[in-house]
Amino acid sequence: MMKHVLLFFVLVFSQMSYAMVDGHEYVFDDGSELENQNRAALFQKLAEELRCPKCQNQNLADSNAMIAGDLRRELYQQVKSGSDGQSIIDFMVNRYGEFVLYRPQMGAMTYVLWFGPVALLLIALICLIFIVRKRKQTNASSQGISPEQQKRIDALLAKDKEDDHV
Amino acid sequence: MKRWALFLPFIIFTLLGFLLWRGLYLDPKDIPSALVDKPFPDFALPTLVSGETKTQESLKGDVHLVNVWGTWCISCKVEHPFLVKLAQQGVRILGVNYKDENDPARQWLNDLGNPYVFSVDDEAGTLSMDLGVTGAPETFFVDAKGVIRYKHQGPITQGNWAPLEKIWQSLVDEATQVSQP
Repeated sequence: MMKHVLLFFVLVFSQMSYAMVDGHEYVFDDGSELENQNRAALFQKLAEELRCPKCQNQNLADSNAMIAGDLRRELYQQVKSGSDGQSIIDFMVNRYGEFVLYRPQMGAMTYVLWFGPVALLLIALICLIFIVRKRKQTNASSQGISPEQQKRIDALLAKDKEDDHV
Repeated sequence: MKRWALFLPFIIFTLLGFLLWRGLYLDPKDIPSALVDKPFPDFALPTLVSGETKTQESLKGDVHLVNVWGTWCISCKVEHPFLVKLAQQGVRILGVNYKDENDPARQWLNDLGNPYVFSVDDEAGTLSMDLGVTGAPETFFVDAKGVIRYKHQGPITQGNWAPLEKIWQSLVDEATQVSQP
C-alpha cells in the first residue's frame, strides 16, 4: 500500500513530462515542471505539423522514413534544450524549404493561399447581392401596373358592363 | 443579361480545366531546394580515406559537384560508374558519405573506383541535415565561391547529364571569367 502511495506521488509530482509520438516515449526533464510540460506539448505539436520531406503526405510523427527519424531526433533535441517553436520552424525551413510546413507561413508567396478562399467568398457574395437586387427590380416592375394600363383595364371593364346590360 | 455573360461559366470551366490538366504533369517530388543560391553550410569533418579534417573552405577556388552517397543506397551504385567517368573528364567531385560505416565505404571505393577528390565521413548526418538532404544520391552544384547553385535529386546518369552539363559548364565559364578579367 505504502509503495503504491509513494509511486502515486512520484508520478504526480514528477518533474518529467512525456510526449508519445510514433509509439515512442519522449522524455522532457531539462527544465522546470511547467517548462517540461510545455516542451512535451510543443514537440507533439511540431511533430504533427512538420511534413516529412521524403514521403510527401505524412508528418514527422507518422513517417518511418530514415529522414523523418533523423528530423524527429533533431526536433526532440532542440525542444528538449528549450528552443522556441519559431526558431525550430526556421531551422527546418532553411534546410528543407516551405514544403515541410503543413501550415504555410504568411508571406508574399502565400497570400493567395491564405486569402484566396476569403476573396472568392466575397466575390460570390457580391454576385449574389447583385443578382438578388436585379431580380427584385424586375419582379417589382412586372407586378406594378402603369397608369395607362390601369386606364385601359377600367375602360375594358366598363365596356363589359355595358355589354351585359343589353 | 448581356449575351457575353452567358459564356462566363464556360470560360471559367475551361480555365479551371486547363489548370488541373497542367497539374497532372507536375512532379510532386520535385521540391525546390531551400539552399540554392546560399553558401555551402559550414562543416568540419574527417575524410574517409586519409582521416584529415576538411571544412567548407576546401570548396572555394574551384567549381565542384558535391555528391551525397552511401553504400546502403542502391541508386548510388547505379550512379557510381558515371561519376567515375565524369571525374576522368576533369569534373571535380567531392563526396559526402551519408550515414554509412567506414569500412564498407572504403571497400566500395577500392572495388568500384574513387571518383571523389575526397569524401567526408558524415556518419551522424549533421552536414547532410544542414544541406537539406532527404535521401541519397543527391548532388549539389557549387560554384567557385562556395555557393550552391543547383541541386539534383536522384542518380546522375549518361541519360540525364546533358542538361546538367550545361549548368556545370556555365559555372565553369563564370569561374574562368572571374579569374581572368
